[in-house]
Amino acid sequence: MGKEVLAMKGITKVYPNGIVANKDISFSIDEGEIHALVGENGAGKSTLMKILFGLEKAQEGKIYLREQEVTFANPQHAIERGVGMVHQHFMLVPSLTVAENMVLGVEPKKGLKFDTKTAEEQTANLSKQYSFEVDPAAKVSDITVGTKQKVEILKALFRGAKILILDEPTAVLTPQETKELFKQLKFLKEKGHTIIFISHKLNEVKELCDRLTIMRRGTTIGTYQVSDVSEEDISRLMVGRDVILKVDKKPVAPGKNILNVKDVTYVNEFGKNALKNVSFNLREGEILGIAGVEGNGQREIVDLVTGLQKIQHGDVEIKGESIKGKSIRDIRDLGTSHVPEDRMLYGVAETESVKANVMSYKYSDSTYTNKVMQKSKEIDALADRLVVDYLIKCNNADQPVKMLSGGNIQKVVVAREFFVEPDFIICDQPTRGIDVGAIEFIRKELVALREKGTAVLLNSADLNEVLELSDRLIVMHEGEIAAFFEDASKITEEELGLYMLGLKKQSAEEIGRAVQ
Amino acid sequence: MIKKLDRLRRFEMIRTLAAVGLALGIAFLLILFTSEQPIDALRAFILGPISKFRYFGNVLELMIPLLFTGLAVSVMFSANQFNLISEGAFFVGALGSSWIATNFLLPAGIHPVVGILVAGLIGAVVAMIPAILKLKWNADVLVSSLMLNYILMFLGFYFLNYHLRDPQAGDMASFKFPDSARLMKILPGTRVHIGLIVAILAVILIYLFMFKTRWGYEIRMVGKNESFAKYSGMNVFRVIIVSQMVGGFLAGLGGGIEMLGMYTRFKYKTLPGFGWDGVIVAILAKNNPALVPVGAFFLAYLRIGADIMSRSTDVSSQLVGIIQGVVIILVAAEHFMSKRKNRIIYEESMADLSAVKEAK
Amino acid sequence: MSSIIDIIGTSEFWYSVIRVTTPILFAALGALISDSAGVINIALEGSMLWSAFAGVVFSAWFDSAWIGLLAAIIIGGLVGLMLAYFALNLKTDIILSAIALNLMAAGGTIFLLFVVSGDRGISSSLDSRVLPKLFTGLADNVPIIGPVIFGHNVLTYVAFVLVFVTWFFMFKTPMGLRLRAVGENFHAADSVGISVKKIQYQALVLSGIMAGLGGAFMSMGYVSWFSQNMTAGRGFIALAAKAMGGVSPIGTMIASLFFGFASALANYEAEISVPAEFVKMIPYIFTIVGLVVYASKKQSDVKRARQKQAEAATSSKGGE
Repeated sequence: MGKEVLAMKGITKVYPNGIVANKDISFSIDEGEIHALVGENGAGKSTLMKILFGLEKAQEGKIYLREQEVTFANPQHAIERGVGMVHQHFMLVPSLTVAENMVLGVEPKKGLKFDTKTAEEQTANLSKQYSFEVDPAAKVSDITVGTKQKVEILKALFRGAKILILDEPTAVLTPQETKELFKQLKFLKEKGHTIIFISHKLNEVKELCDRLTIMRRGTTIGTYQVSDVSEEDISRLMVGRDVILKVDKKPVAPGKNILNVKDVTYVNEFGKNALKNVSFNLREGEILGIAGVEGNGQREIVDLVTGLQKIQHGDVEIKGESIKGKSIRDIRDLGTSHVPEDRMLYGVAETESVKANVMSYKYSDSTYTNKVMQKSKEIDALADRLVVDYLIKCNNADQPVKMLSGGNIQKVVVAREFFVEPDFIICDQPTRGIDVGAIEFIRKELVALREKGTAVLLNSADLNEVLELSDRLIVMHEGEIAAFFEDASKITEEELGLYMLGLKKQSAEEIGRAVQ
Repeated sequence: MIKKLDRLRRFEMIRTLAAVGLALGIAFLLILFTSEQPIDALRAFILGPISKFRYFGNVLELMIPLLFTGLAVSVMFSANQFNLISEGAFFVGALGSSWIATNFLLPAGIHPVVGILVAGLIGAVVAMIPAILKLKWNADVLVSSLMLNYILMFLGFYFLNYHLRDPQAGDMASFKFPDSARLMKILPGTRVHIGLIVAILAVILIYLFMFKTRWGYEIRMVGKNESFAKYSGMNVFRVIIVSQMVGGFLAGLGGGIEMLGMYTRFKYKTLPGFGWDGVIVAILAKNNPALVPVGAFFLAYLRIGADIMSRSTDVSSQLVGIIQGVVIILVAAEHFMSKRKNRIIYEESMADLSAVKEAK
Repeated sequence: MSSIIDIIGTSEFWYSVIRVTTPILFAALGALISDSAGVINIALEGSMLWSAFAGVVFSAWFDSAWIGLLAAIIIGGLVGLMLAYFALNLKTDIILSAIALNLMAAGGTIFLLFVVSGDRGISSSLDSRVLPKLFTGLADNVPIIGPVIFGHNVLTYVAFVLVFVTWFFMFKTPMGLRLRAVGENFHAADSVGISVKKIQYQALVLSGIMAGLGGAFMSMGYVSWFSQNMTAGRGFIALAAKAMGGVSPIGTMIASLFFGFASALANYEAEISVPAEFVKMIPYIFTIVGLVVYASKKQSDVKRARQKQAEAATSSKGGE
């Protein structure tokens, strides 16, 4: 392997909303290697790479390129110094051709005219040179995802990239496309390019990469030779729990059925078959966890159960009533609460006060409104009570929510959804990106709800949380239930990792036990 | 922490005043450069409206329609719909009240009430149209409401020409309104009519509606974050339609009141422009009904001042157009004086932080 | 009905269709350019009005229609520049900024008209110039279409030539490529080092210049004076024409001609046996209907595409 080509030292990045994405990270790669960067969602991989590409600015830390300190204020600087990035979401203009996308910003000209011919020639030459087959004249909106990926890589190469960052490039590819991509990446390596490969698909890392660095909760855990570690080792290092937040959970005998998901199949707006014949149920006083790498159908389960999306095939019943054709309000009136994943998009109206935000569930309830006027006294009392009960740090309930920290905004959401003592609650990433104090508080409250008989559907990318809180557990992989566990406390993270990453799958019979 | 809110709120006030001041400054400069009698012009502009009781009466008279359209636009914009139908709704409202006034014989107390209520209802119906076009077919509200305004104008002229026109009147105008239909004057020496009281009542009611009822709450939440409203179980479709109808009702009501309060015949030759003025008032008031009177007063004062100036000196009253534009842009500009605002937020947050640390 | 057919049968009618289309077409091309860069320009109306005013004033001052035209172009561009500054630098909502600019134009032109000429509302004392008509000799020599397409104001020809220039600019030049990239996916443009703000500035200025040409036509071709609010909503009709025309300048032209047709028909109110008010309504009704048809078609296209994908996905699942 070559000598060190790039080093990032002491990188710390805190987002304006207070989330610490990177904590004093050091990371280095050698010339001509394919280096994997692995870790769970939210571990800080993408942030670190965005800093390297000049898309984000770190508060602290330095970047050295060939032992020379560099600062990348914007992507242009990074491109000029030979760093290229292929983003998870394609940075392509759909109505333009492949060649036009390729040369955007550095267009060849003939007089006043954009020189289409030269652009197409340049594209064709480059694609031949790296044996990436693309049709320069094709419109980007007409080409396959795999080809789009190639165009992205070629785009970076066209701008002279020697170090190539690929952010989860295989997430959108078919196995065949992935295979082809790997061949090409190995070829690039032979040509002397250095590649940083972000992924959480361990078999791919094993197959493709030379070394790997594991990230967890904003820091690097270590760098290893790929040949020295097994997939199981990596999985353990990735998901291993460092902070153990113990929650005291009394055993509760589950009561009657609250939620029945029956043979649900769903095609999402991108035409992806996101759920395939999913069935499970949930009972009073029980927490059912959903584990899985993001994008394996969890999002769709939540959307369907809450009424945000319409059921296409199969059925969902809450307390014995089918929710087909029911509005979100109808579903809420069945006694359902929902802590949404994206608290800023769905959870709050950020420019409004804490009070306005905590009342949005029950504003039309006769407790809080007369025929015409709202009952201000009751609403004020409710807001004040929730601020105290849920330890929401704010000066008063009239403060706009956007002036609160992330953890306190989440407490506003939780307070609203919990105080009604729902029969059924969907908690989607309830503690993502918030401080430890808030996490502990919210988990405790959740367990308290369960003890009062609430049925809880918990979706979380935080394995520690899922294992700690859940009674029963399902694991999602590629839109299917890959595993069902009767007792979540008996599973090890290693085992869970294997199912999440698709290395193992239970039999249909075992999975069928999810319906009781 | 409470200090932080107060400082920010105070800052927002200062910022609005600065915008107004800057706009007036530009106006003064324009007067200085273009007028041969700048001192007289300035005096007439600034002091004119309070120089005579009658002039101040003019300010109040002009405020009445501005209050209604200002409220109308505030409610519509609160639902995050750029519906400019107030202009057309005001116009058809005025026409509707003229119809009731000239074609029906009702007792004095009831006649104007029926007239303005009909005006409001017509306004509510037309205001719904752009919202439905948007919700059903995704047609841009702004463009469709602008076009609809012209259609309503021509429809109105047709109606006037074929059903209300007084052939004896020289111009195209309706029959004369009977006295029973006209609104009572309330300030002797001016033309200020009972519509001002209705307008003030409307301000109070709409304020209560927007901030003290669940329907106002729904409108505000839909306007602030539609996804959140949907997630909370609100019927976004219905909320938007209702908000536009309430706005249209107010604008139509304004048209009816203006017509029966200030005129003896319907004789608009074009759209009167109060809908656009409503946009200015709503922006100045930041869509808050309680602040609409402030914006309406400011605009009315400016207009009357400019009018007096143009009658007594060589400066055109259209100067107001420039002042309005500058004020809107600066008041709505997020980055106007934003450095100062950010510093306040930063300083106060830091102070909070150290206070928290000390407390620990 | 027969009277309408009689009117449509005359070459004067078609001549006037082209004439009334001209200002709408200019502004619609302006709307197309700014929309393509992802910035909506509702200040087209204001640009037109200021330019119409500037054309009259400068052509009178310098005794030259061409200097008037130049002034109109510059002023139109300046209004676009102001909108860009307010929206992109001061971060005022771009719609509110444009509303403000339009209000300023409505009042400001009359204010300045009074200052420079003492005229109130209409430029009766300014001896302004008009731009020349071209090919007047050919009109009578070419049968049938001669009287329709010849003898128009020079700006009318400019407008139709600009359709193709705009097409060339948007689809054949590097600048046009960047413009479309910014409008479609500004992240993509940003990630290859294109300044999104700069491109949007340029688009708004260009768009203002286009509207400015339309304004110049209004006061130095369509008529020979400036009067209060003489553009009468043409800037807004142009927005609707753009919305209907889709992304191509040719489509914009066709949509503009469609409105031109409706407006021309409205000018024949006296000869049509329908109340004049209804005839005058035609262009605006056309606009709303066109807008709805276009927007709902776009919506159903998206829906259909999604449905197709969904069906494909379920059927492939069935095959497994």
